[in-house]
Amino acid sequence: MSLKIVVLAKQVPDTRNVGKDAMTAEGTVNRAALPAIFNPEDLNALEQALRLKEQNPGSTVGILTMGPPRAGEIIRQGLYRGADTGWLLTDRLFAGADTLATSYALATAIKKIGNVDIVIGGRQAIDGDTAQVGPQVAEKLGLNQVTYAEEILKIENGVATIRRHIDGGVETVEAPLPVVITVNGSAAPCRPCNAKLVMKYKYATCPMERKGDEPYTYLYNERPYLTLNQWSVADVDGDAQQCGLSGSPTKVKAVQSIVFQAKESKTLTPSDADVESLVKELLDEKIIG
Amino acid sequence: MNNVFVYCEIEGTTVAEVSQELLTKGRKLANTLGVQLNAVVAGTGIKGKVESQILPYGVDKLFVFDAEGLFPYTSAPHTDILVNLFKEEKPQICLMGATVIGRDLGPRVSSSLTSGLTADCTQLEIGDYDDKKTEKHYEGLLYQIRPAFGGNIVATIVNPEHRPQMATVRSGVMQREILDENYKGEVVYSDVAKYVPSVDYVVKVIDRHVEAAKHNLKGAPIVVAGGYGMGSREGFDMLFKLAKELHGEVGASRAAVDAGFVDHDRQIGQTGITVHPKVYIACGISGQIQHIAGMQDSGIIISVNSDPDAPINKIADYVIIGTVEEVVPKLIKYYKQNSK
Repeated sequence: MSLKIVVLAKQVPDTRNVGKDAMTAEGTVNRAALPAIFNPEDLNALEQALRLKEQNPGSTVGILTMGPPRAGEIIRQGLYRGADTGWLLTDRLFAGADTLATSYALATAIKKIGNVDIVIGGRQAIDGDTAQVGPQVAEKLGLNQVTYAEEILKIENGVATIRRHIDGGVETVEAPLPVVITVNGSAAPCRPCNAKLVMKYKYATCPMERKGDEPYTYLYNERPYLTLNQWSVADVDGDAQQCGLSGSPTKVKAVQSIVFQAKESKTLTPSDADVESLVKELLDEKIIG
Repeated sequence: MNNVFVYCEIEGTTVAEVSQELLTKGRKLANTLGVQLNAVVAGTGIKGKVESQILPYGVDKLFVFDAEGLFPYTSAPHTDILVNLFKEEKPQICLMGATVIGRDLGPRVSSSLTSGLTADCTQLEIGDYDDKKTEKHYEGLLYQIRPAFGGNIVATIVNPEHRPQMATVRSGVMQREILDENYKGEVVYSDVAKYVPSVDYVVKVIDRHVEAAKHNLKGAPIVVAGGYGMGSREGFDMLFKLAKELHGEVGASRAAVDAGFVDHDRQIGQTGITVHPKVYIACGISGQIQHIAGMQDSGIIISVNSDPDAPINKIADYVIIGTVEEVVPKLIKYYKQNSK
């Protein structure tokens, strides 16, 4: 059967490689020092989606992302790897969303897209590590969910068979479509960009990404696929009250950069004498046995 | 009404340690607020087997849901149990483990009740909050404290308006302590069918393998942990040797796990295991806050690092400025020579 698949993907600051300049002197996050990347587990999810597309002729894969205009890059990255289309949710009214308001916006967009068989995203994003958006979207849509998926083994007769990670092991579940799946980082890595697709889509942009003076502007009239879908709250018939900051039950009371109580530490050299005296000291005080 | 609830996770008929840790914390929060501690547990064939694992932590009322299809866990039935129970009981706080189950269930429940949920809290406290925009004052809110942004900042989150205030906490972060073996709590055996419509049982678990943990990192008295500085999977071999000599366990930073040097179940930190060993030997670990959050309560911290400015050195009792390749074999050698 052909499947309509929506991949949830997020552009995130690369918090994995945080250098010393990641924090400003005032203790706030220096976003400029962190490159914006495709959330790693969302790439694992994209790979599962692309495999399903290959196994089920006639299927389509679309990338749904929310963020500022530059997050259009996430859709391009998806197109380069074999996705068919994408939607960027961008609107000031979406800003400041916690996971619940984010899930409301995504669920509303998925309803707008319509007739989706599989919604699939990474288990969690590396800038928040909450793993909440997938299940929250599933609840809002009233769909089944399978989290921590490692591999979609098959889709047959409208039922997905999925192997998933659980604490201390693995299990295999059968879930009828439509279903929301979140994919664990232990799943297969995503394929690289396809050179032909990069050539095809490198100028694909959302209208808000354009300055209007690009030398290739004429292409946008000739090739409609270079104009990516860009949706505001109104475009998805959303309730602004449930979006962004006003739709977020959680409030940040305080943010602190972390200062650990510095201890008086003894500094040693790697010399034999230093290492041996440390080991002896720990043994003498029965700290190690 | 207005009580503190803990969702108790089970494997078969055994209550998870993380749930008992949260019951201990929940008891303290309930005392501060002057309310009851309630617990909810759902499974198959658990009646008569789980009560004694839950009540001694100071639970005033335990709701037991025992029916076919509630174990192994699937999302929909457990979601409807909590959602429908909470509509009746209107708790002010709900805690659950930041386990695979808790992180599957918590967001689903919060989405249904449009209540706020904070994942992976490292501290929970009760306090007041002033909303600067609305100029409203709130008393006795749950402060949900967690590292954020890859662990570079600590955020205190509150849910002023929505109930329950929901939070997940990882295993090992809170301490588990029985309040009273004979604590007298009420037990309610709920009619599952009233809470869970039959359509909920649509996702089927057809195969399941759970192994007992391969190691006891969480409870190990000595932890030898390696970071990205170990360089490779082979580099970790010497840490396993050192840990074996010291009768300890091997842990790792997220960077080392992400690089594939060691298995994910050995990750220490905010998104891994929290450890409280007597001795923590950090080898080639720079000390991102995400990591430090999981080991800062260790007794003695020894850092082996070629970078004298590595952040972990600030919280270490002993800092050996040198390469792991040079220092670790010496630690093994002199331990062998000097221990009996």
